[in-house]
Amino acid sequence: MIEIKDLTKNFNSHKVLDELSLKINTGETCVVIGRSGCGKSVLLKHIIGILKPEKGKIFIDGKEVTNLNEEELNGVRMKIGMVFQGGALFDSLTVAENVGFNFIEHGHISRKELLEKAEEALCLVDLCGIGNLMPSELSGGMKKRVALARAICTKPEIILYDEPTTGVDPITADSINELIKNLHDKLKVTSVVVTHDMKSAYKVGDRIAMLYQGKIIAEGSPGEIQNTTHPVVHQFINGLSKGPITETLEEFR
Amino acid sequence: MMNNFFINLGRKVLSFLYFSGGLANLASQTIYLAFTPPFKRDHVFEQAKKAGYDSFPIVSLVALFIGFIFALQTAYFMQRIGSELYIASLVALSVVRELGPVITALVVAGRVGAAITAELGSMQVTEQIDALETLATNPIKYLVVPRFLALTLMLPLLTLYADAIGIFGSYIICVFKLGISSSMYLHVTWDALMYKDLFTGLFKTVFFGMIIALVSCYHGFNVEGGAEGVGRATTHSVVTSFIMIIVADCFFTALFYFIFP
Repeated sequence: MIEIKDLTKNFNSHKVLDELSLKINTGETCVVIGRSGCGKSVLLKHIIGILKPEKGKIFIDGKEVTNLNEEELNGVRMKIGMVFQGGALFDSLTVAENVGFNFIEHGHISRKELLEKAEEALCLVDLCGIGNLMPSELSGGMKKRVALARAICTKPEIILYDEPTTGVDPITADSINELIKNLHDKLKVTSVVVTHDMKSAYKVGDRIAMLYQGKIIAEGSPGEIQNTTHPVVHQFINGLSKGPITETLEEFR
Repeated sequence: MMNNFFINLGRKVLSFLYFSGGLANLASQTIYLAFTPPFKRDHVFEQAKKAGYDSFPIVSLVALFIGFIFALQTAYFMQRIGSELYIASLVALSVVRELGPVITALVVAGRVGAAITAELGSMQVTEQIDALETLATNPIKYLVVPRFLALTLMLPLLTLYADAIGIFGSYIICVFKLGISSSMYLHVTWDALMYKDLFTGLFKTVFFGMIIALVSCYHGFNVEGGAEGVGRATTHSVVTSFIMIIVADCFFTALFYFIFP
């Protein structure tokens, strides 16, 4: 279980997360929706410990992860896989080396075992046999899948997805959604998906939470969110240009 | 008007302090991690090849021409006072003590430092550095330490090589153009040089190597704002390295002047 309590983070006196609290149960897929730049990725980076909060705590399986030293933090990170928006593959390494990166750095396994493990993970994302290619030879959608393979290669308990369907065509997006669902069913992982693609959110999410002005303003099942009466959530999920979100923006200007 | 001046001045001072602090922090972490296991020798060799071995052609070219130019320029005055023979000792001393180390460091800062900043900067922009952290790998250990060790080791070697090539360049001019005999030239060169000249010349290049590695990695890690940011960081990186190399050179020259008079 991931439990986030009163998480607060500022960037140059701009409040990105404002006492945000959220609970994600084991084995559940929680989708966090919100506008671009509202702090969704920042939230993920706090869970995996790349960013440190100014205030607040995060517990993973009851253990606080916001005050760990690097060694303890690395132990936690081995249990978490993260899929970055653009893939974030290391372009000096082959696809197989990317996928098996954790084993190269931390495990003492032979080259052959490494390639086997990488191939196994690649097959899980329907990309068997591309281990020898370089990341620059892949399309955007393939990069995202390879990134996914890298995240699942160490059999993590938690997978964090940063906008998995952004920037790919609708068909690829749907296949990525399928993949997220399948992996969730097969590996029984806890997933946190950050996105502003509502189609994807409805498809993969057991629960949807909306992040707005640094707080979770609504959470519920996809059905509940779809039929919400909350004006902000309503505007966002229906993609309307007029509504409370854009009005507050106007006030800012 | 006056107000703006002070605001800008304040900003400059703050950003300078921020940079110094960041660089000192990076330096201490790098040195600490360089001496903590696990040691990845392959990574160091790979960087040493990129930074050192691949720099030999350009360093050769620059050092050779510096040798030519320096011999011709000193010949202008030495011929007037009829002591062409001392060109050899002048060239030997200035190349080994000063020109070799500094020219090599500047060439490497431009060639290798810029490449490091651009590479790490692109990695930062595409979240690869964050990805390293999520894979439980310290980016400083993985990216900075090998570059730091490689440059610290390779710059003295490159400098030693540049010294030899520079003297060789001057040898060509003196022997084939000014008619000084080969054995005489070598004899005078050998006589002029002392171990301390070689030592003071090479000692500072260890620090130049550290400066190039740390400054270029620091600027690479702190890239903000996409491709334009990478370009800006690369410029900053080279300029900062140049300034710091010259300042460090001045410091060491003064230091050695008083230690080994």
